[in-house]
Amino acid sequence: MNDFEYRAPASVSEAVALLVEKGERARVLAGGTDLIVQLRGGRFTLDRMVDVKGVPELNQLRYDAAEGLVVGAAVPCYRIYEDELVAAHYPALVDAARIIGGIQIQGRASLGGNLCNASPSGDSIGALIALEATAVIAGPGETRSVPVEQFCTAPGRSVLGPGELLVALRLPPPKPRSGAHYLRFIPRYEMDIAIVSAGVAAVLSPDMSSFVSARVALGAVAPTPLFVTEAGAALAGKPISEESIALAAEAARQAARPINDMRGTVEQRRHLAAVLTTRALRGAVARAKGEQVNGH
Amino acid sequence: MATKHHVVTRVNGEEVEFLCEARHSLLEALRETLGLTGTKEGCLDGNCGACTVTLDGRLMDSCLVLAVEAHGREIQTIEGVASPQGLHPVQQAFLEEAALQCGICTPGFIVSAKALLEREPNPTEERIRWWLAGNLCRCTGYDKIVRAVVDAAARMAEVKG
Repeated sequence: MNDFEYRAPASVSEAVALLVEKGERARVLAGGTDLIVQLRGGRFTLDRMVDVKGVPELNQLRYDAAEGLVVGAAVPCYRIYEDELVAAHYPALVDAARIIGGIQIQGRASLGGNLCNASPSGDSIGALIALEATAVIAGPGETRSVPVEQFCTAPGRSVLGPGELLVALRLPPPKPRSGAHYLRFIPRYEMDIAIVSAGVAAVLSPDMSSFVSARVALGAVAPTPLFVTEAGAALAGKPISEESIALAAEAARQAARPINDMRGTVEQRRHLAAVLTTRALRGAVARAKGEQVNGH
Repeated sequence: MATKHHVVTRVNGEEVEFLCEARHSLLEALRETLGLTGTKEGCLDGNCGACTVTLDGRLMDSCLVLAVEAHGREIQTIEGVASPQGLHPVQQAFLEEAALQCGICTPGFIVSAKALLEREPNPTEERIRWWLAGNLCRCTGYDKIVRAVVDAAARMAEVKG
C-alpha cells in the first residue's frame, strides 16, 4: 500500500471537514474489509483515510417502536445479529448480516460500508431495500436522506458526492402483519459472493388471506441492486397463494438484467431470480404470520 | 518521510508500544515489529483466516486491521493461547487428533476455535463448521479439525467439572 494519512475524527462535522479537504483523495474507513483490500490491490491510491468508528452517530444502534431502527453506518454485522430487538423486529436484516463473510469479517464489516461499496451483490442492500431503509447523508451542505434503492448508481458508485458521509440507515417500524426475508444463492454454504440474492417484505391483510403490499429487491442481476416494483405490484390485493407468488416471481425474472461471469450465467441468474423471490416470499409470509423462519 | 504513529496497546496481556505507518496492517506490526510470527500471512484479503487474532475479544483478520487502529485496544494472538501450565485444551486436541498437516492455517484455527468455545462451551458440529468458515485449510479436509474442536469442548467441560 502507498502511504496515506490516517485521521480519526470524533464528530460528524470534523469527519466531513477532513473529507472535503481532500475530495476524491480521501476515503472513509469503517470495517475496512472492502477498502483495505481494494487499496492493497492497487485499485486506487489515497492521501487520507478517515476512520469514522469514533464518531458516536455512526456507532448507534437504536430501536424505538414509534421511530423504528437507526443503524449507524459503522456498526459491525455482529452487533446487528446479536441485538435482540433487531432480531425480533427486523429478522431479514439478521439474515443478511450473518452471511456477510465469516466470523472475522462480521466483527468488522458494517452495513453502511456494504452499501457505500455499492456492489451489485452487496448482501445487506437487498434486505435494506425490502425494509424501506433510507440512507442519512451528511456533507458540506444540508444533511439529506436517500432511499436505499436510489443509493447505488453503478458498480462501486453511489450518490455520495465529494465530502459526503453516510451517517446512518433508518428503517421504519415494521407494519402490523408484515414479514421480511433475505436469501442468497451461492455454490457453497458460506463465505462467497451471491450469484443472485432476493430481499422481500410483505404486508398481509387483517384476516391474513391476501397481500396488501410487497417489496422485492434482487442482488447480482443488474449493475446495481435492483428494486423490482413490478413484483410488488403483482402481489398487491392478491390472495396469499402459490399462484400469486408465481406472478411476483415471474416479474422478478423479467426484471433481472444479469451478465455472464465466472459465478453464473444469464440463464441461471434469471432462473434464480424467480426461485429466490418465491422462497423469500414464502419466508416473509410465514414471518408475517408469526412463524419462525431460518435465514440459512 | 512518512509520519509514524506511536501505538500503545496490550498484546496477550502485556502492554507494548511500537511505531507504525498508517499503511501498515496489524499483521505486519505483530510479525515484523513485535516479532510475534505465530500469526500467519495467507491471502492478505480476508478470505483465509490464517492471520486471525482477537481485538477487544472479537475475532478479526489482522491483515484487514490497520496497526494504528490497535491503539488502546486489547489483542490476543496464538502466542497467548498456551499458559505456563501447558497447552490450551484446543492446542492439545489439535496435536492429539493430528488436526494439522502443513500447519500454516493452524494458529488461525486455534484462535478461532478457542473464541467459539469460550462463548459456546458445547457447540454442535454444524455450528463449529459455520464458525470456522472464515478459516481455510488446504490440507486436512476439515474433518480432523472439527473433531479436534469437539474433543477440546469435552476436555474443557471436564476441567470445569
